[in-house]
Amino acid sequence: MAETTFIIKSSPHLRHPDSVPKIMLSVIISLLPAVAASVYFFRWRAVVLYLACLAGAILTEAVFLAARKKPLSTLLDGSAVITGLLLAMTLPPSLRLDQAVIGAVVAIALGKQVFGGLGHNIFNPALVGRAFLQTAFPVAMTTWIPPVTKIINTATYATPLGNLKFQNAVAQHTLTPLKDLFWGNTGGCLGETSALALLIGALYLVARKTIDWKIPAGIILSLSVFTGIFWLARPDKYASPLFHLLSGGLIIGAFFMATDMVTSPITPRGTIIYALGIGFLVGLIRLFGGYPEGVMYSILLMNTVVPLLNRSTRPRLLGERRAKK
Amino acid sequence: MKKKTFPRGIHPPGGKEWTADKAIEVLPPPEKVYIPLHQHFGQPAQPLVKKGDTILRGQKIGKAPALFSADVHASVSGKVLAVDGHPHPLGKPVLAVTIANDGQDSSSDEEEITDPFSLSPEEIIRRVKEAGIVGLGGAAFPTAVKLAPPADKPIDTIIINGCECEPFLTSDYRLMKEYPEEIISGAELIRLATNAKQIIISVEDNKEDAAELLASKIQEKHIFVEVLTTKYPQGAEKNLILALLKREVPQGGLPFDVGVVVQNVGTTKAIWEAVRFGRPLYQRVITVSGSGIPEPKNLLVRIGTPLQTVIDFCGGLKEGVNCLIMGGPMMGITQWNLEAPIIKGTSGLLAWSLPPASQVFDCIRCGRCVEHCPMGLTPTQLAKYIQFGFWDEAEAWGVLDCVECGCCQYSCPAAIPLVQWIRLGKATISALKRKTV
Repeated sequence: MAETTFIIKSSPHLRHPDSVPKIMLSVIISLLPAVAASVYFFRWRAVVLYLACLAGAILTEAVFLAARKKPLSTLLDGSAVITGLLLAMTLPPSLRLDQAVIGAVVAIALGKQVFGGLGHNIFNPALVGRAFLQTAFPVAMTTWIPPVTKIINTATYATPLGNLKFQNAVAQHTLTPLKDLFWGNTGGCLGETSALALLIGALYLVARKTIDWKIPAGIILSLSVFTGIFWLARPDKYASPLFHLLSGGLIIGAFFMATDMVTSPITPRGTIIYALGIGFLVGLIRLFGGYPEGVMYSILLMNTVVPLLNRSTRPRLLGERRAKK
Repeated sequence: MKKKTFPRGIHPPGGKEWTADKAIEVLPPPEKVYIPLHQHFGQPAQPLVKKGDTILRGQKIGKAPALFSADVHASVSGKVLAVDGHPHPLGKPVLAVTIANDGQDSSSDEEEITDPFSLSPEEIIRRVKEAGIVGLGGAAFPTAVKLAPPADKPIDTIIINGCECEPFLTSDYRLMKEYPEEIISGAELIRLATNAKQIIISVEDNKEDAAELLASKIQEKHIFVEVLTTKYPQGAEKNLILALLKREVPQGGLPFDVGVVVQNVGTTKAIWEAVRFGRPLYQRVITVSGSGIPEPKNLLVRIGTPLQTVIDFCGGLKEGVNCLIMGGPMMGITQWNLEAPIIKGTSGLLAWSLPPASQVFDCIRCGRCVEHCPMGLTPTQLAKYIQFGFWDEAEAWGVLDCVECGCCQYSCPAAIPLVQWIRLGKATISALKRKTV
C-alpha cells in the first residue's frame, strides 16, 4: 500500500458546527431589526452615527492587533463590529460624530484590547465607551431629540425615564404611553427605543441558543419585583413594572449587553446571581439614584463581580458530598 | 412515560445508519496475528510461550501477574514466530506474541458446562478470570475484579449497558439484535456471581427494536429492559447509574459503592460463552465505518488481527483518508500504523478525511463546556489552571473526576483542545502525587 500519513490528535474527533465567528455573526444579525428601527425613527442621524462608531471600533481594533503582532484575520471574528453597533445604539441621536468616534476608540482600546483582546476583558466594551462619553461630555450625552415621527413644539425634550424622574410624570399624568415605548416612537438612545425590534432580534438569539435566556429572565424578574413593590404601594408616585421594562435601555441591556459571554459568569448559579443583581441595581438607580436611567452602570457594576461569582459558585461535581447545612 | 436520562451531555450526529442494518460478518482469521500482552487496565500479562512453540486456539499465552490484570489467549492455532515489541493501538510498542496461523483452528477451550446456572459464584468468577475477559466497552477493565466486590459492598442491581452512545458504533446493537438470549443468560450469570436482586438492561431509544427484542425474550421477573433517551455519554458508567437508579457514585468511587455492577452487552455475551462453553476471549465484534471505508461492516474479528487486514476486508481505504480512529469518534484514539492489531478493547475502526484544523480562538467564556459536562466540571477553568500550572486549584475543581468523554470540546465554539489540557493536568497531578508519597 502507498504511504499514507495519518493525523494524530487527541479526542474528541467531532465538533459542534457553532464557532466564535458564527456566534458573533448571529449577534450582528440579531441587532439588525433594531438598527433598522433606529434608522426609521432618527433617519440620517442614525446612519452617520453607526458609520462613525463602526469605523472607530474597527480601525482601533486593527491598530491594536497590528501593534500586538496578532494576525489581522482576528478582525473577522466580528466582535469589533458588535461593539461599534452596540455603542452607537446607546448614544443620543444628537451626539457629535467626533464624540461618537472617541467613544468607539475608548470602547475597543480601554474596554477590550488593554486586557488582551476578545475573551479577556472584564467589562462590556461598548458600555465602557459609553461610560467614558457620559463623563467626558455630560451635556451632549443627556440632550435628547424626539424621533422624526413625533411632532412636538417644545424646545427641549425629555426621554420617558427623564420625564418620569424629573417631571413627576406619574402624578401629572404625562407618562409616555406604553404603546409608544413598545413601537419605539419616543425619544432616547438610538437603538434602544423600539422594544419590538429589539425583541425580534432577541428571540432569534434565544432560539439559536446564542445567549442564555436565564440572564434576561433574571433581570426582568428582579426589576419587576423591585419596581412592582413600590408601584403597588404608591401607584400615584411610581411607574408600573411594565413601564420600567419597556423604557430606557432595559431591553437592549438585558438581551444584548448583559448576555455578553465574555463578561457574564460561566457557572449556572453565578449567572442567576449576576442577572438578579443587574435588575435590582437598575431599579435602585432609577427609583432612588441621581440618574433617570441605570442599566449601563448596573451591568458594569455586575461585570466587576463576575470573576468572584465564577470562583465562588463552582458547580457541584457528580458524586461530590453535599456541603453540610 | 418520560424516558430516563442524566443531566447535561450532548447530542452529536448519530452516524449509526451506515452499519446498523449490516449483520455481523466473520472476518477470516489472518495468516499472522500479533497479540499484545497488555490490552487491559492494570499490569501487562507475562508471556507463557516462546518462539517456536506450537499452540492451540484459546491456549493461554499470557498470565496475569496481579489482581488488576488479565490473562491473554491465542486467537488462532499455529506456531509462535516471535515474542517481542510490536506496534500497539495505544501508541507505544508493547510486548506481543506473533503467531503464524496454521489454518486448523484446533481448539483448547475448557470443558462445556450444560447447566451453568447451578455453578457457585466462585466458579463463575473463576471461569470468567480464566477466559481473560475484560470490559469490551472500551476501558478494558478486568471483569473478574468487577464481579468480586468487597464483602462490605453488597450488590443489589446489575446494569447491562447496551447504550452504545458513541456515534457510528453499532457492534453492541448488532449483538443485541443477533444474540439476545446469550446476553440475557450472561446477565443472569453476573447476577448469580454477585448475588444481586435485579438486572436492568439499558438501551437508548435510537435502538428501540433491540430493546423490544430483548424484552420479548425475558421470562424472569427480576430482569427489565429500560429504554433511555438517546444522549451522549449515556453509556458512561456513573451517568448511566444516575439515570437509571438516581444513585450517585461518590467522587473517586466505583459502582459497587452504590451496590451496582455495570457490564457492557458484549462483555455479557463473552461471560456467557466463557462460563457455558469454556471459551476464552479471543475474538470480538467491531464496527468498521466512516466515509473513508468503501464497505462499512460489523465484523467478528480475532484479537491480534492487524488493522490492515480489517481495512482490506472492507474494501481498503478511500482516496484522501487522513484519519483513522480506533473506537468511537468522541473518545477513540487516532492510529498511525496499520500493523497495530485489534485488541480486546477495540469497539470500532473509523476512517475519514478531516478538514484542516479549525482556528483556535481565546476562550470567550460562553460557558457551554460547563453547560454540557456530565460530571459537573468547569472545563475552561480547569484548562486555564493547567496552562498556568495551578495544580492544586485544578484538583480542587475536580480535574481528576474527568472521564474524558469530550462533551466540552465538542461544544467549544473557540475550538480549544480542552480534553488534551485536562489529560495533561490529570497526568501531571497523578505524577506529582506519586512523587510526594
